[in-house]
Amino acid sequence: MNYEAVIGLEVHVQVKTRSKMFTRVATGYGAPANTLTDPVVLGLPGALPVLNRAAVELTIKAGLMLGCTIAPVSKWDRKNYFYPDSPKNYQISQYDQPLCLGGSVEIELPGPARNVMGEHKRIPLTRIHLEEDVGKLNHFGHESLVDFNRAGTPLMEIVSEPALRSADEAFAYLTALKAIMIYGGISDCDMEKGQLRCDANVSIRPAGASALGTKVELKNLNSISFVRDGIAQEIRRQQAVVLAGGAIVQETRDYDGQTGESQSLRSKEQAHDYRYFPDPDLMPVQVDDAMRERIRAGCPELPFDKQRRFQSEYQIPYTLTSVLVADRGLSDYFEEAARLCGKPQAAGNWIVNDLLRELGAARATLADGKVRPAQIAALVGLVDSGAIVNQAAKEVFAEMARTGQSPEAIVAQRGLRTETNADQLEEWCRAAIAADPRALADFQGGKDSAINAFKGPVMRAAKGKASPQLVDATLRRLLAGG
Amino acid sequence: MADTLFFQSIGELSGALAARRISAVELAEAVIARTRQVDGRVHAFNSFDPEDALGRARASDERRAAGGARGPLEGIPVGMKDVIAVAGQPLTASSKMLAGFVSPYDATVTRKLQEAGAIPWGRLNLDEFAMGSSTENSATGPTRNPWDLTRVPGGSSGGSAAAVAAGEAIVSLGSDTGGSIRQPAALCNLVGLKPTYGLVSRYGLIAFASSLDQIGPFARSVEDAALVLGAIAGHDPLDSTSVAGEIPDYRAELARRRGPWRLGIAKEYFGAGLDPEVGAAVQLAIDHYRKLGCEIREISLPHTKYAVGVYYIIATAECSSNLARYDGIRYGHRAAAAAGAVDLYGQSRAEGFGPEVKRRIILGTYVLSSGYYDAYYLRAQKVRTLLRRDFLDAYREVDAILTPTSPTPAFTRGEKAANPLAMYLSDIYTIGVNLAGLPGISIPCGFSRGGLPIGLQLIGQPFREADLLAIAQAYERDHDWHSRRPAL
Repeated sequence: MNYEAVIGLEVHVQVKTRSKMFTRVATGYGAPANTLTDPVVLGLPGALPVLNRAAVELTIKAGLMLGCTIAPVSKWDRKNYFYPDSPKNYQISQYDQPLCLGGSVEIELPGPARNVMGEHKRIPLTRIHLEEDVGKLNHFGHESLVDFNRAGTPLMEIVSEPALRSADEAFAYLTALKAIMIYGGISDCDMEKGQLRCDANVSIRPAGASALGTKVELKNLNSISFVRDGIAQEIRRQQAVVLAGGAIVQETRDYDGQTGESQSLRSKEQAHDYRYFPDPDLMPVQVDDAMRERIRAGCPELPFDKQRRFQSEYQIPYTLTSVLVADRGLSDYFEEAARLCGKPQAAGNWIVNDLLRELGAARATLADGKVRPAQIAALVGLVDSGAIVNQAAKEVFAEMARTGQSPEAIVAQRGLRTETNADQLEEWCRAAIAADPRALADFQGGKDSAINAFKGPVMRAAKGKASPQLVDATLRRLLAGG
Repeated sequence: MADTLFFQSIGELSGALAARRISAVELAEAVIARTRQVDGRVHAFNSFDPEDALGRARASDERRAAGGARGPLEGIPVGMKDVIAVAGQPLTASSKMLAGFVSPYDATVTRKLQEAGAIPWGRLNLDEFAMGSSTENSATGPTRNPWDLTRVPGGSSGGSAAAVAAGEAIVSLGSDTGGSIRQPAALCNLVGLKPTYGLVSRYGLIAFASSLDQIGPFARSVEDAALVLGAIAGHDPLDSTSVAGEIPDYRAELARRRGPWRLGIAKEYFGAGLDPEVGAAVQLAIDHYRKLGCEIREISLPHTKYAVGVYYIIATAECSSNLARYDGIRYGHRAAAAAGAVDLYGQSRAEGFGPEVKRRIILGTYVLSSGYYDAYYLRAQKVRTLLRRDFLDAYREVDAILTPTSPTPAFTRGEKAANPLAMYLSDIYTIGVNLAGLPGISIPCGFSRGGLPIGLQLIGQPFREADLLAIAQAYERDHDWHSRRPAL
């Protein structure tokens, strides 16, 4: 029998705010232990939470970008459980009235080839709610120490419907979600810093069945690749259990990306009763139309919408759009360069092929690079007008990336301008024809490609600065007896 | 004859301070000496720090000398219930769980008192984590009623009440979750005010039940209570449940509001369980208001019978969560020989909390449990809404409501300690006010034949403390109960 997988993801995304969710202490990563704390973060007697509006607004922004319904009223609940990384032994979260409901994430599945767009699909969301992050336990032999620096950082939980059908879809979902979060300035989504964390609910069922199988929750999927590998492994594990005549047990499993194996953490019977109830220290959040529309006005175009627009507006291929839209800064950069030179394809080629290679080699970001969109546009203009030839343009680009000078200045300094003196060109062409009587005979015998034999010597004589089109035209004129 | 210094009113003392007849240091010394003289018998204090108080008094005198006196509270020692944070001082909630804990920060009310020039004084005893009505549930031992040392001062703010009644503080702050200011005020012959929920910041108040807790003053006169309220009230950005609004000069308003008022009497507050002497004293007070020209109207608060039940669901639910932070991990009592985190929690909490606190945590955990939430907590919240509606309906007809504060005068130590339900019923007249979020004040209205104080409760409209205080003072002006002092 064939089995299909049913996967739902719970993604935690740290919201990029300057201060914590319920106090003015700064958020941050890598500070000395327990320095980003105060009475509220540490849950000292008498401390009270005060809501950080920025965290709410960024969550609403995420919701609007994902097409969610924004609740006009949502509230805060306490999720009660004891754990040493939880300063109050309850987490302020949202239980039955989250900020955002519904919505979806558009994903792209792997295409038949790298340069061909894959199938697109919308994965529906259940909800997005906001909660506070917990601290971090560090274990040393027989001792465990708690660092509360992370505690109280705003954390969004984005819950998908069980609508994913494969590990590849889960991978595509996370990739798309991460891009959207970064586009919106909602989070940097650095998984190494714990800014994006993912748990997966995985079950299998006979292909085509509509009832859901028993689900297993996978935890500690610490990178997008681990999410894919962990889910793939879990699907294989469940299929093996079922094929061996066994039954899936509802449980939580811990995936180890190093070994590729998972271990049971706890079964359903050991599940917590969180005793949720409305937090009496906080007022409900009210979002009126004006606030929602103000936030909506600040939402950027989504990556896949931008990609479709680039394809139709600029007529550039998937190989370029897929690279350009992956980064919002890069796509803005491209649009500015394209606007300035009016040659999107050429600008896109320079950016995707040359600029990114250059930045990659220098391990630099777009902002660090010395080449600005206006310089790309100028370079495209110089090539397009015939002022420099492609070979010279490559040299100009390398110099531009090194020094940040304008392409015009580099062309002038290095004397790279195309040779446009017709008499000089004609002289080089005559010399080349005279030096190769055999090619001349071939050409006159009807072999058109023989003309290429003259071009090399001409270009050498021109030190690469002759326009290939002009060289070709001049040779033909001379060969025709002109 | 004028009272000794430590029994004088804020008005008298601030006049004497302003005229330089006394210094803040002399006043502090008088209060410290009085505390040393009587607190061995009263045990109002968990601890006090004379050096700290004298240092603050010296600073007050220096401010005054430099022309920078901050108002009527300048130099006045204000007793602090040991659930209100004062930076650098112990904060224990009278619990072994917090023995040795020193607060690193000031509560908002502490900061405001200091900005008004007052001197936070001592750590006043209470029922552990403010859970109780007798101040017997304290890790440091019970507080005694200065009017009869064999009796309880009421609770949970029994230390705050006893200290002011015994002259160990001029005024004090307590907290009131179900009557914890008004009931001890009644039992100790004091004015005790629970402000409207949201009028006074809870930041820095150890939470018992967050949706019910309010900080308020104990005083020996309505005017003193008005002065303290004026200093501590007002919106606080650190407490999301505090409400924005203008804070009037409550003392000035007293003179301006002269009635007559329409006053409500609810039959639900005069039923079985009311001590006849208390009932008679309250009836005389009602008659007095009638003589003052007030219109006395019969009103009904039909959901009153559910108040105690609703209260013990909501308050315990909130406390079970609020007290979860006391786990031995970051601060407070930690069991010595725990094996692992779960064991550390269990043992630390078993050792650190007293029986009443444990009883309420267990109750609260139960009512929030999966499968019981709807039947208990959710239903209780709905009834709470109805209770509040009862009051708001009544306020269409009346300006305030008169009730007894406590069904009985002070009971003897141990009398109800073994019977939690009997103890819970001593708050039967005060609980509804917290559930409805209203202001309530208790003022002295007589004594039993045995010489025990009796309190009259006046329940006001939301954020109309100025009216409530004026109505209370209209009675106080014509009586001298509040001027009587216990023989100690």
